[in-house]
Amino acid sequence: MTHSSAAHLIRGARLTGRDPADILIRDGVIAEVGPGLSAPDARVVEADGLIALPGLVDLHTHLREPGREDAETVASGARAAAAGGYTAVHAMANTDPVADTAGVVEQVWRLGRESGHCDVQPVGAVTRGLAGERLAELGAMAESAAAVRVFSDDGMCVSDPLLMRRALEYVKAFDGVVAQHAQDPRLTEGAQMNEGVVSDRLGLAGWPAVAEEAIIARDCLLTEHVGSRLHVCHVSTKGSVQILRWAKSRGCDVTAEVTPHHLLLTDDLAESYDPIYKVNPPLRTAEDVQALREALADGTIDCVATDHAPHPAEAKETEWATAAMGMLGLETALSIVQHTMVDTGLLDWAGVAERMSAAPARIGRLSGHGRPIAPGEPANVTLYEADTAWEVDPAALASKSANTPYRGMRLPGRVTATFLRGTPTVLDGKIQ
Amino acid sequence: MRHLLSTGDLSRDEATLVLDTAAELAQVSGRSVKKLPTLRGRTVVNLFYEDSTRTRTSFELAAKRLSADVINFSAKGSSVSKGESLKDTALTLQAMGADGVVVRHPASGAAHRLAGWVDGAVLNAGDGTHEHPTQALLDAYTMRARTGRVEGLRVAVVGDVLHSRVARSNVLLLHTLGAEVTLVAPPTLMPVSVHTWPCAVSYDLDAVLPKTDVVMLLRVQAERMQNAFFPTAREYSRRYGLDRDRLARLPDHAIVMHPGPMVRGMEISAEVADSARSTISEQVANGVSVRMAALYLLLGGS
Repeated sequence: MTHSSAAHLIRGARLTGRDPADILIRDGVIAEVGPGLSAPDARVVEADGLIALPGLVDLHTHLREPGREDAETVASGARAAAAGGYTAVHAMANTDPVADTAGVVEQVWRLGRESGHCDVQPVGAVTRGLAGERLAELGAMAESAAAVRVFSDDGMCVSDPLLMRRALEYVKAFDGVVAQHAQDPRLTEGAQMNEGVVSDRLGLAGWPAVAEEAIIARDCLLTEHVGSRLHVCHVSTKGSVQILRWAKSRGCDVTAEVTPHHLLLTDDLAESYDPIYKVNPPLRTAEDVQALREALADGTIDCVATDHAPHPAEAKETEWATAAMGMLGLETALSIVQHTMVDTGLLDWAGVAERMSAAPARIGRLSGHGRPIAPGEPANVTLYEADTAWEVDPAALASKSANTPYRGMRLPGRVTATFLRGTPTVLDGKIQ
Repeated sequence: MRHLLSTGDLSRDEATLVLDTAAELAQVSGRSVKKLPTLRGRTVVNLFYEDSTRTRTSFELAAKRLSADVINFSAKGSSVSKGESLKDTALTLQAMGADGVVVRHPASGAAHRLAGWVDGAVLNAGDGTHEHPTQALLDAYTMRARTGRVEGLRVAVVGDVLHSRVARSNVLLLHTLGAEVTLVAPPTLMPVSVHTWPCAVSYDLDAVLPKTDVVMLLRVQAERMQNAFFPTAREYSRRYGLDRDRLARLPDHAIVMHPGPMVRGMEISAEVADSARSTISEQVANGVSVRMAALYLLLGGS
């Protein structure tokens, strides 16, 4: 990487979409913000018409390393993250071996530091081997160099209510949070897609909304009972939104995320039987999509998380039932959020900064991220051109995998630059 | 018509054309030389990922009566059992120049996926719990042969609708052809959105039978009770099985159909299966004619 130590003067960017100002970055921090700045030693980045956002933070990323380096590595995933405007991502624990010990989370954390493109904050497993039987050594992971604060069995639900209660209680000792993948296993045995009109017609085993909603309701009540902190991964149904709204109104310390794909795509895409649309939780109905957008706008859902899930081609070029679940998300997230939330008038750019940077950083307890663009703050900045469009070409993505559901779609907006503590990881739209 | 994947893709005219063509081709089966030269030089591959002697043999016979070269590609003992993907198998068949692929697969949508990977015509011979179009076509053919019409017929489809590809294909086709379908099953064996389907729904077989011209029974696997779809096989049989007493509730002209394989004593009693009202062997015979028609219409052109 070049220019790492150089100062940068970003000229004329609209801070979170407001009036244009200059941003001077020096020694990894934001030195000055205001109109008409000058710094002869700084490299000038013309940002006329661009929006400046605090570097994006993802609470939910699958980087596949260790174990499935054919799909993604920490390094390739970090490059994809930078290209998408991210300066920090949380790497989910369902690797092979599972990130359920201090050793594995430190390995992932170190690989992220070596990549230099993005801070990689490991998520620790709640239970050993994601088996849902015994707690993993949560304290050891919290005290490790990786300083894990988010714990999740993502991909698997901590369905045992007693184990979930204990996990919620235990993480209070180090200000941790349990990020639940809400999916009742018995109600979703063999499930392939959202249960409803489309699944019935296609003869694909249904995945009922209640399997998600029942777990969320239970976990909100447990969290309230033990006075802990719960985060709900990838909320996908209207009913879940209603339960979260109710729980928050009671003062329950619960936060929630929604993926870009659940803000846009619907279950009728399965009519093609193309498993590029197979994902967990499944794509739901247009009514659910509308409820999720409104919940993200009013804060019932706190943040956007990508659930970036790379898979090799052979895992998707197959019949639906045998295909892997998941889709890429890092490099398209901001465009999808613009398309579904900003261009529809539901959220302004300050709202985007809150939902895609400040809130996820707060939930993950990442003190160096999600900060405002202001003097003295870490220089994590994303420059975004909203008034443009691009066609998604899977082969052109930085991810090692190509399983994007947006192939051939024209999406608005492009990330033109990303700064990680003052170092450009993306400049002029190119990964550095 | 390029492929036959779902009966929902068939217009009324197209479906009627298949039935009319089958009626013409049925005459061949009555001759001493049961063969037409129509598909000479064309290759039909039977690609079966599930055991199904009945359907595979029926397709094989249909293709041979039209003089096609037939290759049986069974998943067992082939490259498939060594882990080859459906796509790679498709590309292999493509390279061998298959003009038509008849596919039976345990995964819903497998025939759709295959149609995207090969140039030849794909005939869905049953995909998971999705569809089985030629079964529905031979059922409609049998109804028409027995009663003289399909339009206006009152058809009760009884059994495991939820897991039945036969039910899905029949509901769509019979609706297109103007029949009135009533699905009958315990609520656990109905899809949750069945009220959006173009048919009526009942949980009470005894109430439906007197207003029925055709009863079509679906196979009910006793193992379903392990997932609490019904308490016991005996209870299912008592409430939904067609026995002699229930047969008496039907109008005199009504017929009894079953796509096979039957579970005697479960959804149908032996004496009903063997009664004069049962069309079960006719369905098998008609299956060959209907599959000849489907192959002819899909592959018969230049």
